[in-house]
Order: sequence, then C-alpha cells, then structure tokens
Amino acid sequence: MSTTAVTLEREVAEPRSRKAPAPIPMSRIVGVELRKMFDTRSGFWLMMSVGIAAVLATAATILFTPHENLSYDSFAGAIGVPMTIILPMIAVLAVTSEWSQRSGLTTFTLVPHRGRVITAKLVSTLLVGVASIAIAFTVGAFGNLAGSAILGIDTTWDIPLENIATIFLADALGMLMGFTLGVMIRNSSGAIVGYFVYALVLPASLGTLAAYQDWFHDLQGWVDFNFASAALYDGLPSATDWAQIGVSGLFWLVIPLAVGLRLVLRSEVK
Amino acid sequence: MITIDSLTVRYGRFTAVDDVSFTARSGRVTGFLGPNGAGKSTTMRVMVGLTRPTTGSASISGRPFADLPNPGLEVGVLLDASAQHAGRTGREILTIAQRTMGLPSARVDQMLHRVSLTGAEADRRVRNYSLGMRQRLGIATALIGEPEVLILDEPANGLDPAGIRWMRDLLREYADQGGTVLLSSHLLHEIEVIADDLVVIGNGRIVAQGTKAELLEAAGTVVRAASPHALATALEAGGISATVSPDGAVRTEADATRVGQAALAAGIALTELRSADGAGLEEMFLELTAESQREGVAA
Repeated sequence: MSTTAVTLEREVAEPRSRKAPAPIPMSRIVGVELRKMFDTRSGFWLMMSVGIAAVLATAATILFTPHENLSYDSFAGAIGVPMTIILPMIAVLAVTSEWSQRSGLTTFTLVPHRGRVITAKLVSTLLVGVASIAIAFTVGAFGNLAGSAILGIDTTWDIPLENIATIFLADALGMLMGFTLGVMIRNSSGAIVGYFVYALVLPASLGTLAAYQDWFHDLQGWVDFNFASAALYDGLPSATDWAQIGVSGLFWLVIPLAVGLRLVLRSEVK
Repeated sequence: MITIDSLTVRYGRFTAVDDVSFTARSGRVTGFLGPNGAGKSTTMRVMVGLTRPTTGSASISGRPFADLPNPGLEVGVLLDASAQHAGRTGREILTIAQRTMGLPSARVDQMLHRVSLTGAEADRRVRNYSLGMRQRLGIATALIGEPEVLILDEPANGLDPAGIRWMRDLLREYADQGGTVLLSSHLLHEIEVIADDLVVIGNGRIVAQGTKAELLEAAGTVVRAASPHALATALEAGGISATVSPDGAVRTEADATRVGQAALAAGIALTELRSADGAGLEEMFLELTAESQREGVAA
C-alpha cells in the first residue's frame, strides 16, 4: 500500500519565490474605469451622443429661435436639456453594468476593495461629466458665433461666468443622482427607470401639488431636490436657494448615497 | 496554498456552506467535487472575497484575499466564464485585466496565443462567443498575471475534447512548477484524470477529503474469474464480503492485495484484478453524496 502511495505522490517543486507586488494605485483604477465607459458599442455611442445632441440642439436653436432672441443663453438652454438626461445615464451605467452584465465578478476580484472601485467610478464619471459640459458649452459658443453670422445679428454673450460654474454644479449633481440610483438599485433598467421617475414624473406631480396646495408651495424648495437644484441653471442662486439645495440634497442625495454605498460594499457579487 | 478554516455561510435559515475546512497545497491539483448546489461555488466566492463568510475564514498563501496588494498577480480566478460584459471584445476584456494589474501590453497577445484564440476571434464581442471560447478567455484572464494560485470553477465546461486535454496539460504543468490549482467540477472523469487531492462536498459539508489514491482505494476492488460465484464464495471464506455484478464482475471493498491472496489461497485463477477506479470515483461520489443528490440515488 505504501508503495502505491509513493508512486502516485509527485515530486513537488518549491513554490516560485517572488517579491510582493506593489499595491494597485488609484490612478490606474480610475484609468481602467474610464476606459470601461467607452469600450462597448453602447457605451461609446452614449458618449458620442453628448456631442451629437449638442450639435443637433445647436442647429435647432439657429433654425427655430426668433432672431431677436438669439443669444448664448438660447444655445446653452437648448443643449442643457439633453445633457440633463444623458449625463445621469452615463453615471447610472458606469455603476450598474458591473451587476447587470456581471462583469463585477472580475472587477471586484482584481480589486478586492469595492470602495476603491466605486470611488474610481465616481471620479471617472465626474471627469466625463466635466468634459461633456465643456464640450456642450463649446459647441454652443460656436453655434452662437455661426448663428449670429448667418443671421447677420450681433453676437450676444449673456451667461455670466459664475452662472457657467453653477450649471457645471447642477449637471454634476444630476450625475451624482444617477450614480446614487446606480448604487442603490444596481440594475441598469431599474436605475434608469428610477432616474426618469425622479427627473420627469416627480417634478410634474410635485409641481401640481405646489400649484394647488399653498402649504406645499412654500415647502417644495426644502423637500424637492430637483426643484431646488433647478435654481442653479437660472443665474446665481440666493442664500435661501443654497440652503434649500443643501437641505433637500441631504434627503435625496447624501443619505441615499450613503445607504447605497453600504449596500455595494456588503452585497454579494454573483 | 489555499486554506479554508471552519467556513460557514448562511443565508437566513439556509446553510449553504457548513463548517468546511480544507487545504489546497502548492504543487498539487486539488479537485473540488460535489453535486449541483452543494456549496462549491459559494466556497470559491468566499475565497476571493465576493461573498462574506458567516463564520470562519479563507486565506491565500496565509493572507485573506482582500489583503493581497495586487491579487491578479498572485491568484488567477475564473468563477464564471459568462460573467463578462457581452459588448466588450475578448481582447478588450484581457486588456482591462492587463491594465488593472499593471502588466506590459504585449502580455495580451501572448495570452491570446496561449489559449489559442485567434486575432479575429479576439476582436469579436463576447456575446458572439461560444461557451468554450469564453472559457478560454476566462483562463487567459486568470493566467495573465502569472499567479502561483489558480481558482477555477468548472473550467472544463463547454470545452471540446481537445480543449479539455489542453487544459488538463496546462493545469498539470502549473502544479508541477509549484503552483496551487483548485478546480471544481462535476465532470468526474476530468477530476479523476487530473487531480492529486480530492475534496468532496455535499449539502455544504465535506463528506470526504484526501489524496486521490487514498480515496479511490476506499472505493474497493473489481475482480473477475471464470466462475464469479466460485470466486465470491472463496472471498467470503477469506473474510472478504463481495458482491457479484450482473456483468460477472465481483466487487468488494477490500484492497487488491487481500483479494489476490484470497483467490490464490482458494486456487482460483483470476482474469482481472484492479482497483475500482474508473467507475470508482463515480461510485464514491454517488455514495458519499447520496443524501444530497436530487435524484436520491441509492449507493
């Protein structure tokens, strides 16, 4: 019996000795996450849609806006609408595809600290967001130059710099909202539907409520984050506006984001 | 080396993994066997930090997986070949792994070559891959960091016979070079051919573990002679309980040495004497996991 065991026992080589690898730097994870936002056909065209929507909205503005009203603000307004939809979608999908496509199985094995992966996703999402808004403003500026040249009117630049900054902030908050829904729901279609409810359905119903109920009319800014942050698009918000953004943001953004992150860190990846 | 220590995973009242302990040693291929739903995949997910254990622990070379600074360079993992973004190309999926680990980009083509995926195949999107191609891509992802530990869940699934042979040789070579290989499978023949050590799990509990030689020895002996009944009687007389199969083979739990001696003492010429491997692992598997089999197969 012992002879059988000996012949079946293999010559075991010593484990290859090697030096401990260096930890994965955060910059590399951000780079990889950024790459993953572009490397599928759907992701690529979602990114392209930022530029395409900006160009289409610019063309429509030149064609349909009355001459006397044409200014930079008309372009920014027209381009801003598709941005408020596309950018949060980018944020949603950056998170949810790991679960819906199950690629998280590899992602979270290669980087076993989910907090780092999620942080990298947030950073890359915001980088894409800032770049997208910059592209949108640039396309709008060219549109404003071209439009006024074509129509033979004076070029009007009527968005103050600080308002451009608040528009950046508003779009970033929209992306954060998408990101929050992504970590809360962790399913692409679910989170996208969730965003549309938040961005399109709720404003209509809360707006109706505010129109008919006086008590809610005064309260809305404090409890409706979408309504409160809309102030960022129209010039510089007042101190009250800022306070309302902060208070409603706490309930709509900060707390759900904290809950969602906790779920992401603890949930099982299958 | 992979060490699993008193690992338990519960989902509510359901216990998926129940006090499991084993070690997958370096230089050896450890086969992880069990019926569907026995807890193999859950145990493997705990090893790589995707599932939290309720109690107990798993460690790779003495450290929890999450403490590995760049896990891809130390542990190659393939849990589910289909768990990839269907819209990415095979090459892109490998590139993501290569970049995450910080490896030179030439490694991607080397790995594609190593798993025999052509350039044209690598540029196709994974949704158009067959299961066998996904397995090859998954193995490439696991190997790209040249890890010393491999954790593979059902890697032979979907591979054609040539692919299975290729993988067997690859894993053998890995272990012979000092690597640790843990692979789960329900393809018993595959495990039997390649594994040095076996861990058998049923209903979340370990029902047997040891070297393949030890476990198969326990599976007994198959012996034949011109007259099976005379042989069986002679073995019984020698204190060895034996049964005659319909095909004329006599089966017994005793080892071949004792059976041969008993036959010699009775003066019976044997036409065949061998340990009951072949069917042995299957017999052992069905017997050990009988309670947890869905089909309720009696041993």
